[in-house]
Amino acid sequence: MTGAATVQQTEVLESTALNAEYHRLRVRAAAPAATARPGQFFQLLCPASPAGTPFLRRPMSVFGADPAAGEVSFLFKVTGLGTRGLAGLRAGETLDLLGPLGNGFTLDPAWRHIVALGRGAGLATLAPLGAAARGAGMGVSAILSARRPTLMVADDAFRAAGAEVTLVTDAEGTSGPAHVERLLRGLIAAGRCDALFTCGSARLLEVVRRLAQGFGIPAQVALEQQMACGLGMCFCCVRAFRVDGQVLHRRVCYDGPVFDAREALE
Amino acid sequence: MTDLSVRIGALTLANPVMPASGTFGEGMARALDLDRLGAFVTKTITRELRLGNPLPRVAETAGGMLNSIGIPSQGVAHFLEHTLPFFAAYAPPLIASISAPTAEGFASLAAALSVPGVAAIEANISCPNLEADGQAFAMREASTGAAVRALRTATALPLWVKLTPNVGEIAPVARAAEDAGADALVVANTILALSIDIETFRPRLGNVLGGLSGPAIKPIVLRQVWQCARAVRIPVIGCGGISDAADAVEYLLAGASAVQVGTASFRDPTVMVGIIAGLDRFCERHDLPRLADLTGAMRTEETDEPELAWVSPVA
Repeated sequence: MTGAATVQQTEVLESTALNAEYHRLRVRAAAPAATARPGQFFQLLCPASPAGTPFLRRPMSVFGADPAAGEVSFLFKVTGLGTRGLAGLRAGETLDLLGPLGNGFTLDPAWRHIVALGRGAGLATLAPLGAAARGAGMGVSAILSARRPTLMVADDAFRAAGAEVTLVTDAEGTSGPAHVERLLRGLIAAGRCDALFTCGSARLLEVVRRLAQGFGIPAQVALEQQMACGLGMCFCCVRAFRVDGQVLHRRVCYDGPVFDAREALE
Repeated sequence: MTDLSVRIGALTLANPVMPASGTFGEGMARALDLDRLGAFVTKTITRELRLGNPLPRVAETAGGMLNSIGIPSQGVAHFLEHTLPFFAAYAPPLIASISAPTAEGFASLAAALSVPGVAAIEANISCPNLEADGQAFAMREASTGAAVRALRTATALPLWVKLTPNVGEIAPVARAAEDAGADALVVANTILALSIDIETFRPRLGNVLGGLSGPAIKPIVLRQVWQCARAVRIPVIGCGGISDAADAVEYLLAGASAVQVGTASFRDPTVMVGIIAGLDRFCERHDLPRLADLTGAMRTEETDEPELAWVSPVA
């Protein structure tokens, strides 16, 4: 992890409930926050809600960062103490953020077509990657998974960036690992998968890891874990990886959150 | 211009503010100018490689957090090859926090880390002692004395001894460490605690028990710093729930010569710089030319002894 991270008081520009579960926040932020790259994250000091006040910051991946406009946006599922406080923020109020943190996704200029595969809140993490890949002239196929169509998020962002979007849902019976694997194998066979990217589902990570290993395709996963410091100091956010036959722990906040998907263990 | 420098035995620090072990690392350089700090304290180093405890490793509580990280350590070689060169680029002295399962283990580790670039050893004797049924060394005077004596013969570096707050009487343990050759005491580690998720009936930490830190413990550890500072002649470094300059002043008044800041850095990694600036302003406001004069400056009534008349009233 390199580069400066700052604590910044930002002004909330927009706070919108997207559906029954997901919420989007957009804030005005100066550099270095607004230069956050896809896959990086911020540590947010979440405000109090009727549910209480979180003591620690909450990690939140960047959904969008626009250095020219000086804006950063987040898209998240409202689940616990932290996200409930965030969802209660209104335009004009203040959000304290620390970042940008962690290592983002990397794009090899030699790749011509990439595949992004994600589910739930993980779609928010992958969306800026899709835009970056399109901006670099790559083709993007996005397979986006949700429990039901009304809970799908970030599909509009992928479409706006010019990605080819396939939606799969539990409600329609299309989101199972076997079906997703068939979709991926089709893209690989068509020569449209120079690299795989995933976030948001252990089952999908398993599919990605198997195909990436089998076909020798580079694969990156953005992982989540409970965090305290966000700067690699406290070692609470470790996850297990298999590297050269050995299991070792890496810190999601500092060594990641983006890792080689072929090494990540569940 | 206030003189913020403090002396910890033979070591002079530019200011009294340093990180608590386990809450500091290379990553802080991304958010903070490390040269502003009074000293650096490493994450605890062990001789063996350790993965650490099962997850979850932290849990929030009212006014603080529980942790049971379990001292994941990459061993001595990693420290010498990576950590030491990284911090050599900065001015503040580097304090190496160490832990071991036996007194002899402490001694050999201290010897291995007594190298140029390490300014002092902080012995974390709050960890389980394999020679005493897993009780922390610092829970007993005898095991404290044994560990510190072994350490004293193993290193010529200043020796700081970090005590546990999980004792009935801390002053005798503090005296045992001083008598065995400690140059300073760090008071204290986290307070042993438990938190349970009432929806799942499961403990909130993978290791069941953990250490409580943060603002919630400040008055308790402040009391222990006061008790230790009265019991020993060596400097005491206060550590427990310090979040701002006012907290740091309180610790100095109670008898601390310097302070360590831990959990507060998780909420704001720049908090230590703010505390240093706040201490400077405090001294100016109170016309204090030397911050060190605050140490032990708490004012009490004529007698220093607690009023005990109520215990056995004279008829």
